[in-house]
Amino acid sequence: MIKTDVVIIGAGPTGLFCAHQLGIIGLKCEIVDNLDKIGGQCIELYPDKPIYDIPAVPKCTGEELTNNLIEQIKPFNFNFHLSDRVQELKNENNKWLVKTLNGKEFETPNIVIAGGVGSFEPRKFPTKSAEKYDGKSVLYSIKDKTIFKDKSVVIFGGGDSALDWAIELSNSSKVTLVHRRDEFRGAPASVQKIKELSDNKTIDLITKYSIKDVKGNGSLESVEIKSESGESKVIKADYVLGFFGLIMQLGPIAEWGLNLDKKTIPVNTENFETNKKGIFAIGDICTYPGKLKLILSGFHEGALAARGCFKYARPDEKYRFEFTTASSTIKDRLGVKE
Amino acid sequence: MAKIKYIEFNGTEHEADVANGLSVMEGAIQNDIPGIDADCGGGMSCATCHVYIKDDEWFKKLPEKEMGEDDMLDQAFEPKSNSRLSCQLIVSDDLNGLTVHMPEKQV
Repeated sequence: MIKTDVVIIGAGPTGLFCAHQLGIIGLKCEIVDNLDKIGGQCIELYPDKPIYDIPAVPKCTGEELTNNLIEQIKPFNFNFHLSDRVQELKNENNKWLVKTLNGKEFETPNIVIAGGVGSFEPRKFPTKSAEKYDGKSVLYSIKDKTIFKDKSVVIFGGGDSALDWAIELSNSSKVTLVHRRDEFRGAPASVQKIKELSDNKTIDLITKYSIKDVKGNGSLESVEIKSESGESKVIKADYVLGFFGLIMQLGPIAEWGLNLDKKTIPVNTENFETNKKGIFAIGDICTYPGKLKLILSGFHEGALAARGCFKYARPDEKYRFEFTTASSTIKDRLGVKE
Repeated sequence: MAKIKYIEFNGTEHEADVANGLSVMEGAIQNDIPGIDADCGGGMSCATCHVYIKDDEWFKKLPEKEMGEDDMLDQAFEPKSNSRLSCQLIVSDDLNGLTVHMPEKQV
C-alpha cells in the first residue's frame, strides 16, 4: 500500500502539469497511465505534429512538449506507474483506496482524473465471431513472435504496425496482408518493401477487402473476407492479426459513481472537483460551461485542482499563495541553488 | 446555414439547421444527435465521427478529402468508399439538404 497526497490518473500534459503544481505547493503524488510511455495523446496520437497554441511557445511537437513537462517535474521525483490502469476506487474514512489492474494499491485523500478521453485500447475487429478467439489466435498486439513460425498468418491494416509485422513475419510464416484500399499509410520504405514481397510472391497482398467472419472448430481455421461489392474469399489462417490503431475508452472511470455527461465529467470551475469529494477531473475529460479542449486550459485546471487537493491533504494547514520567483520554500522544493 | 439530415444506423432521422463554418460533426454534437462521438473534438485523429454519404451525387459534391482523412478512415468501423469524417465537412449554404448516415458504431 502506497500512501500519498494525490493519485493522478493520466500522464498527458494536463496530468504532468498538475503534478508540477502539486510539487510546487509541497504535495506528493503518484501518476498512473495505461500507456507504456509518458505523454498521453501528445505522444500517442501526434508526437511529430507541431502545436501552435501553447502560451509563450510559438511552436513545438507533442513529443517536445512532453519532454519539457517531464523535465519540469524532475525535481519532485514523482513515481510513474505505466502500462497500468486504475481499476477500483473505494472510500474509507475520507480516504480513497485505489487499486490498479496490476495489483498496486494506494491510499490517498485526493484523486485527479486527467484521463483525456479515457484509456487507449486497440481497436478490434467488428465481427462478433472474432471475440471467441480474442487473445488466443485473434491478436491486436504481438508479445512473442515465435508462435507464428511456419503458421498461416492473416494481417489486417494499412499502417506501420501492419506493414512492419507483415515484413517481419514473412521470413518464417505464410503471410497474407489484407487492406481496405490500395493506398497504405505506412512509411514509404515499408510500402515499397511490401510491394516487392508481394511481387515475388513471398506474401499474399489483398486490397479492397475487409474482414467478414472468422471460422474454426475449437481452434481457428480460416478467415472470410469481403469486398465492398459483396465478393468474398476464404483464407486459411492459424492466426489473424488486426492493426487498426488505438481507440479511447472511458473504461472503469464510468463505474465510480461520478456524474457523467456523455464521455465527460462535470466539475465546478473553482477547484475542478467532481460530485465526489476528493475526486477532481481536469483536461479533456472534464466539462463545464465554456470548456475548451485546449492544453492550456488543462494547465489552468490542473493548477486549481492542485490547490483543491491541498485542503484534503493538509486539513490542519492553511494554503498560502506564493510566486515561484520570490518564494524560498518553492525554490527549495525545486532544488534551485542561488 | 444548411439543413443537414442525420440518419442513425437504426433508421432514426434527425434534422438540424447548422450554421455556416461549423462542421457536420459539430452540428450533430451541438444538437445532441446520437451516433457521432467525436472523441478528439475535430482533430482528425480518432475516426469516431465517421459517416456514410450514400447519395453518390452528394458524395462527389463534397470538398475533397485532405491528406490524412483516408488514413484515419482505415481505423474506422466498417469504412466504405463513401465514408467521410464528419469533422472534415465544413457547412456552407452549398451543403443545404445533405444527408449523412451513421455507421452501426463508432469504435
